Amino acid sequence: MAEKIQFELVSPAKLLVSEAVDMVVVPGSEGDFGALAMHAPMITTVRPGVIDVHDGGKVGKRIFVAGGFAEVNEERVTVLAEEAIPVTEITADLVSSRLQEAREAVADAKSDAEKAVAAQRLLVATALEAAAR
Amino acid sequence: MPSLKDLRLRIVSVKSTRKITSAMKMVAASKLRRAQTAAEAARPFAERMERMLGTLAGSLAGQAGAPAMLAGNGKSDVHLIVMVTADRGLCGGFNSSIVRDVRRMTAELIGQGKTVKILPVGRKGREQIKRDFGSNLIEGFEGLGRKGITFPEADMVAAKVASMFEAGEFDVCTVVYNRFQSAISQIVTRQQLIPFAVAAGEEKSGELKATYEFEPNEEEILATLVPRNLAIQVFRATLESQASEQGARMTAMDNATRNAGDMINGLTIKYNRSRQAQITKELIEIISGAEAL
Repeated sequence: MAEKIQFELVSPAKLLVSEAVDMVVVPGSEGDFGALAMHAPMITTVRPGVIDVHDGGKVGKRIFVAGGFAEVNEERVTVLAEEAIPVTEITADLVSSRLQEAREAVADAKSDAEKAVAAQRLLVATALEAAAR
Repeated sequence: MPSLKDLRLRIVSVKSTRKITSAMKMVAASKLRRAQTAAEAARPFAERMERMLGTLAGSLAGQAGAPAMLAGNGKSDVHLIVMVTADRGLCGGFNSSIVRDVRRMTAELIGQGKTVKILPVGRKGREQIKRDFGSNLIEGFEGLGRKGITFPEADMVAAKVASMFEAGEFDVCTVVYNRFQSAISQIVTRQQLIPFAVAAGEEKSGELKATYEFEPNEEEILATLVPRNLAIQVFRATLESQASEQGARMTAMDNATRNAGDMINGLTIKYNRSRQAQITKELIEIISGAEAL
């Protein structure tokens, strides 16, 4: 494919990825979508899951994101992630500690707002576990 | 004319001051490096967030039903100023320049018949503004980011701003902070958070582009994106401010160290001169005493 799409992944802490690739598969809140060059402009929320970066006919990078937003237009995909970890860096320890913390948070939550936050954390942790497999 | 002993004590005291200032300079320099990286790393996210929100705001412009936090609630009677300063002093004009700007802005707004509320982040700003606009101050935050600011801390500030807005306690929110330019220059920046100010240039380019599709839908995205943006912008302001603080302190302490050095040189010359003068005096006394015999 001649045309490439500029893929940018940013977290509040830093700009993680900025490169031209063939296709990016993003876990949108209403289902995964692949973004190629000349994609129709779109803004969507992202659920916790794994972003697959396709380049040169194979999956190059796989990055776990803990939710956020994605903006797609003809030449660019911008993913604003709350947290991003390359799949290769996910360890069993990390997954289990996150799961445990999230479960404790769910158990400790008292107010509705706390419960919502805790439920979200558990969701992220579960998605992280799925990504590690 | 101070005695020799006085001079000696002076020199010792200035020397120990120099030790302190030069140590503070080193500490600030190493903290600056960390803070600067953090501030610069946070810029892309905040900028892209703003761009995305700009696109959204552009496509929603003129439509009813946009969240109040984005479009404002149609009034501008009560202004909230979030003043980001440091908890500690000894950093040159860092805190005073923010306070000066806030003071000017408050006076202007009051002159226009508006009500102003000031939310101080950082102890120094609160102390300095208390004298002039103490009645405008509301409960603020102190001691944020002792070990480098984290996102949850910024989120706390943003949550307070958001809850105040929902309770109708203010109409317009502006954050005033020092934007980090370099170790020797920080720019006092005013950024309007609520309603979201779309940069003039961005709005035009937004119109030229094709309309965006939204998934799940505009309202839902905005409902999550707008509070998030608020938190991010506050986070960024605090990060920038922190880097600026260290930069300002480093420069101030560098100057102080240099001044102390100059002072020591001056005092040492004075000390040696008076010591010599005293020796000469004693010699003259002995010689004239001997001659008199």
